[in-house]
Amino acid sequence: MPPLWMYLALGAFLFATGVVGVVSRRNPIVIFMCIELMLNSVNLTFLALARYAPWLPVPLEREPQAWMGGPAMVIFVMAVAAAEVAVGLGIIMAIFRLRDEVDVDEMNLLRG
Amino acid sequence: MPDRFLFPIPQDLDWFALGPIIVVVATGLVALIVEMLRHKRNNAYVVGVSVVGLLVAGAMAASQAGEPAKEILAGTFLRDRFGCVVQVLMVAACLLSVLFSEGYLRQKRIAYGEAYPLMLWATAGGMVMATSRNLVTLFVGLELLSVSLYVLAGLSRTEAKSEESALKYFLLGAFASAFLLYGIALFYGATGSLHLGRVAEVWTSGFETGRSLLAVGMALILIGLSFKSAFVPFHQWTPDVYQGAPTNIAAFMAAGSKVAAVAMLYRVLDAAQPMVALWLPPLFWVAILTMVVGNLAALVQKDAKRLLAYSSISHAGYLLVALLARFKAPDVVSDAALLYYLASYSFMTIGAFAVISVAARAGRESTGLSALNGLWQRSPFAAVALLLFVWSLIGVPGASGFVGKLLIFRDALAADLVPLAIVLAVASVVSVAYYLALVRAAWVADESEADAAVAPLNAGSGLALGICAAGVLGLFVFVGPLLGWMAGPRSAEAERAPIVRQG
Repeated sequence: MPPLWMYLALGAFLFATGVVGVVSRRNPIVIFMCIELMLNSVNLTFLALARYAPWLPVPLEREPQAWMGGPAMVIFVMAVAAAEVAVGLGIIMAIFRLRDEVDVDEMNLLRG
Repeated sequence: MPDRFLFPIPQDLDWFALGPIIVVVATGLVALIVEMLRHKRNNAYVVGVSVVGLLVAGAMAASQAGEPAKEILAGTFLRDRFGCVVQVLMVAACLLSVLFSEGYLRQKRIAYGEAYPLMLWATAGGMVMATSRNLVTLFVGLELLSVSLYVLAGLSRTEAKSEESALKYFLLGAFASAFLLYGIALFYGATGSLHLGRVAEVWTSGFETGRSLLAVGMALILIGLSFKSAFVPFHQWTPDVYQGAPTNIAAFMAAGSKVAAVAMLYRVLDAAQPMVALWLPPLFWVAILTMVVGNLAALVQKDAKRLLAYSSISHAGYLLVALLARFKAPDVVSDAALLYYLASYSFMTIGAFAVISVAARAGRESTGLSALNGLWQRSPFAAVALLLFVWSLIGVPGASGFVGKLLIFRDALAADLVPLAIVLAVASVVSVAYYLALVRAAWVADESEADAAVAPLNAGSGLALGICAAGVLGLFVFVGPLLGWMAGPRSAEAERAPIVRQG
C-alpha cells in the first residue's frame, strides 16, 4: 500500500486545483465543476484517513467504530453535492432563459 | 464518546428533545401538500399551517431550555440551553418572515406557495446547526439551510437580479462548504472521530501530527464559517445577495441564517477552546475588520437593502466580539450577551426589511433609499416602526440594541479585549450616519413618485412590524429575566455537570 501522505498530498493538490479553477474561470458551470473537484478531494482525504485508520498514537482503539464516521461522511457529501447540482443547474438554466449568456463577469446588475 | 449506534432506533430515544426539529420539518411537508391542494393563488392555508407549526415548535424548544444538557442518538444530537434558545430564535425569525411574506409576494406577483415549505426546511437546518457537536450533523444542517436559501434567493424567477443573486450565493456558498468540509476531514484525521468532543483531548495529548492537522483544519473550518456568517474579508456576496433576493427572503437570511452560522461557530469554538491561543489572534483582526469595513462601506450605499446588508455585516462583527469574549474568558463571560444580541438583532433587522418590503407594489419593487420617501404620509405606523428599529440598530438607550451592545462591551472588557471594545464603540458612532439616512428617506424627504400615494399596509406586514417593535421594546424592558433565562443558573455545579449521553 502506498503511504498515507501520498493520498493526502493528492487530495490537497486536487483541492488546490479546484480553488484555482473557481477563482480564475468565468463560466458558472466550469466553476461548479471545480467546486465538485474540491468536494471529491475531500472525499478522497476522508477515505484515505479511514483506510489507514489506526495511525493515531493516542488511545482511540477503544472505539473502532468511530472511524466509520469517515466513510459515512463520504456518502453524505455525495448526497449533498447531488442536491447542490440539482439546485445550481436549475439556477443557471433560469439565468440562461433570461439573458442568453451565463458569463459571471457579465453579472453586474447588483452593485452599490 | 458515543455508544454504538443501535439500529434502527434506540428504545429509550427522547423524542421530545428532537421534537422542535421534527415538528418544523413535518410542518414543511404538510405545507407542501396543502400548497398542492389549494385553490389557485391562495396561500392563506399554507401560511396558516406554517405559523401553527412554528408556534408549536417554538413552544417545545422553549419548554426544554431549563433541562439538563443531554446528548442522544450516538452523540449526533445535543439538547442544551444554548441550543434550545437558538432554536427559539430560528423559529421566531422564520415566523416573522413568513408573516410579512404573503402580502409582499402578492404585491411583487411572485406568490409561489412553495416558498413557505422551503423557509421551514431552512429553519430546520439552522436548528440542527445549533443542536449538535457532531460534524456530520452540523454539515448536513448547514447544507439544508443553504440549499433551501439558494432556491429562495432565486424565487423571483423572471427577474434577472434575483437569479443573479441566487447564482452568486450558490457558487460562493458551495465554495465555502468545500473549505468547511476539508477542515472537517482534517479534524477527522487528527481525532479519529467526527465528534467535536474529541478535539480538546487530542490537542492536549502532545501528538504533534494531530496538532498540526487540527490547526490547519481549524483554519479551513473558520474560513468556511466566515463565509456563512459574512465576516470581512469573506463578506462580498452579502450585499449582492440581499439586494437581489426577494425582501422577505433577505430578511430571513439576515436574521435566521446569521443566527445559525453564529451558533455553529459557537459549537466549533467551544470544542476548540484549548486551542484558543491559536485562533484568537486571527479572529481578533477579522472582528476589527468586519466592524470597520461593514460600517464604512454602509456609509456610501444608496440602496436600502444594500445598506442593511452592510449593517448586517457590522453586526456580525459585534457578534464575533461577543464570541471571542465568551471563549477567551469562559469563566467570567456567559452566553447571555451573545444570545441576547442575536435576539435583539433578529427583531430589528427583520423589522427593517419588513418596512422596506412595503415599497413593493404592482409587480415592481424599487429598493433605493428614495423608494421610502413619503413613507410617514403613506403609512405612519411603518414609519414609526422604522424609527424604532433604527433607534435600536444604532444602539441609543431606550431599545434592545443598546443593552445588547452594552453587554458585549462589558464582556469584551471583562475578557481583556479592550481594543475590540473600543472599535465596537467607535463603529457604533459611525453607524449613526447611515442609519439616519434611512430615517431621513422615510421621514424628511418628500414624496417623489406620483403613483406612490396608495400602499396600505397589509395585515401580515402590520402584524410582523408590530411583533418586531414589541420584541425590540420587550427585550429592553424585560432584560433581567431574559438574561437569566438565556444564561441559566451560573453555579460551579452547573458548569461542571457532564453532558448526559444516551442511546
